[in-house]
Amino acid sequence: MSALAFRVNQLSKLYSLGRRGPYKTLRESLNDTVTRCFRRSNSKTRDADLPENIWALKDVSFDILQGEVVGIIGRNGAGKSTLLKILSRITEPTQGSVEVYGRVGSLLEVGTGFHPELTGRENIYLNGAILGMKRTEINRRFDEIVAFAETEKFLDTPVKHYSSGMYMRLAFAVAAHLEPEILLVDEVLSVGDAAFQNKCLGKMGDVARSGRTVLFVSHSMASIATLCTSAILMRDGAVAHQGRPEACIDQYLAGINESKGQTDLREGKECRRGSGDARIVAARLTDTYGVPSDRFECQGELVIEMEIEGVAQIPSFLSTIAIRTRTGITVLHLPSPPDLSWSSINTSGAATVRCRIPQCGLYPGSYVVSLWIGKNAHQELDWVPDALTFSMEQGALTSYGFDMSWRHGLYLCENSWSSARCGSEPDVEWPTMAGDFVH
Amino acid sequence: MATQTMPVLVLQPSSGWFRLNLGEVWDYRELLYFLMWRDIKVRYKQTALGAVWAVLQPTLTMLVFSIFFGRLAKVPSDGIPYPIFAFAALLPWQLFAFALTESSNSLVASQNLITKVYFPRLVVPMAATFAALVDFAVAFVVLLILMLFYGIHPTAAIVFLPFFLLLALATALSAGLWLSALNVKYRDVRYTIPFLTQFWLFATPVAYPSSLIPKPWRALFGLNPMAGVVEGFRWALLGKSNGTGPLLLVSIAAVLVLLITGLRYFRKMEASFADIV
Repeated sequence: MSALAFRVNQLSKLYSLGRRGPYKTLRESLNDTVTRCFRRSNSKTRDADLPENIWALKDVSFDILQGEVVGIIGRNGAGKSTLLKILSRITEPTQGSVEVYGRVGSLLEVGTGFHPELTGRENIYLNGAILGMKRTEINRRFDEIVAFAETEKFLDTPVKHYSSGMYMRLAFAVAAHLEPEILLVDEVLSVGDAAFQNKCLGKMGDVARSGRTVLFVSHSMASIATLCTSAILMRDGAVAHQGRPEACIDQYLAGINESKGQTDLREGKECRRGSGDARIVAARLTDTYGVPSDRFECQGELVIEMEIEGVAQIPSFLSTIAIRTRTGITVLHLPSPPDLSWSSINTSGAATVRCRIPQCGLYPGSYVVSLWIGKNAHQELDWVPDALTFSMEQGALTSYGFDMSWRHGLYLCENSWSSARCGSEPDVEWPTMAGDFVH
Repeated sequence: MATQTMPVLVLQPSSGWFRLNLGEVWDYRELLYFLMWRDIKVRYKQTALGAVWAVLQPTLTMLVFSIFFGRLAKVPSDGIPYPIFAFAALLPWQLFAFALTESSNSLVASQNLITKVYFPRLVVPMAATFAALVDFAVAFVVLLILMLFYGIHPTAAIVFLPFFLLLALATALSAGLWLSALNVKYRDVRYTIPFLTQFWLFATPVAYPSSLIPKPWRALFGLNPMAGVVEGFRWALLGKSNGTGPLLLVSIAAVLVLLITGLRYFRKMEASFADIV
């Protein structure tokens, strides 16, 4: 068994949300003091129950072993960032304790303390010192940092003249060369262009493989799944699950949609986009018999239905459905034909659009459905990311004894095989899907 | 199973005991150095006159004082030419006023650092205070030239100058500790500082000698540590002063009290800086 890196014990953090802002004026504070004198009660216990105070973390306990790469996931406001802030000593817990075994470096933001008037070279030293590097350490790694950032030519230019891409590259380069025993990282990889993001992820992978302990907050399930050895799912300031990253991601995605294969989209959903002239008000997944479900068998029928309101004013529209894995790979992107005809219009003026996938070949695992409608390809009416989640199961399919894991593939499509002796016509054809598997 | 070593660190709510932990500030001395260096490098960037400002500020103030207090109001100057008399006091005063203003605003100005990285927060007002030394050094050269011009030679007492310089920095830092920590919580402080430095200037014998104060009250005058500093500077540089002795001892005691309470208040508030700044 390896040694501990962190032991988090009943950690809680109370934030008081001021009535008007994060800080008080002197007059308000004096006022409060006077009122408190007159009230004369043990206001300390009562304070915590006031609606202005919220527990960002409540009784959080977990252990992290050295060498683990732990992903922390959860919705906005679940307490992920507060947790990192306490672990990196930026703020104190209200209750509980954390035992730390090793030198901690934290990276909650890239480019912390960069000064626009200073040159690239000067900022490397300043930023390095702020992140806790010694001057000798920065000297030693200086060339590496510059090479990583690809900004050799502009080393003596004030960073205020840098393009934002160059700025981020330099900022990340310094941070990437930080070498603490325990590294805390908050959603910082989502900067820069795709090429640079890959480079950053690669660097994170190196750090992870070098045996250092890493705690990593991210909304990118793909990076959590590829980089982490374990994960913690946070919900409402508490640990909802700790374990393998896949298990946490599944629970996280399932938490987005608690309902079984159907969801009411009348109320606003996070990240929704579009003009809203017509809106998707409900969506569901059903099997061959029209029964809503969130579990399907590979090669079975999958029907995606959405109810749309406000269609009376819009003569024709388009729809697309995207299905992606929990790690963020879009496997299916299904555009509708250019002019959808209504399958049914009910009395309330709502219409139902149905997309049927007769033999859905998605490999076993969890999937997320995003829905989009538009007047045409450029005029968006409504976009609902992560509207539905479902899981695929291997079911009756044998796949000839192969394990149908996402490690091997993502989609099974109709195919046929043949074999022949050299020099002769094919004598036998083995259709695989339609005949053998699906009944 | 490997025997579990002791934790390097335990994070928990601070118990309210007075822990200074100055050793940690020493560990972060490189950060202190880099923050100072940044402040100095950036100070006169994109100004037309650049470091000339460091010369102009005390020189112009000295001229104004010389005309209004020396010439028109005929304020006595202990037998020293008034311009030198004023400049020798303006030197530590401007160091103090600048360091105080900068350090008081330093925590709020470093908001982005405080909410994103851990380091002993003491480093921030310390760096802001010490960065004022560069302007002081430039102005000091101006004083030496002035003294040469008036034919005044420094006495052997000049060896005590570093002590008074230290006292000035300690005064600025201790007031800066109080004000910067208060400023995090109450932004009112920012608007108070210009008035504070103005009133403090009148309470300090910069434009006038402390010999104007009736003798029995003079020691009490030392409760303002800058009175001790200014008189100390005049004594160390020009060899003449009425301020040393009881006044200085009172000033030193006042600085110590202010510094220790300031450190204590700062440490107490430190835990919540990131939450309320």
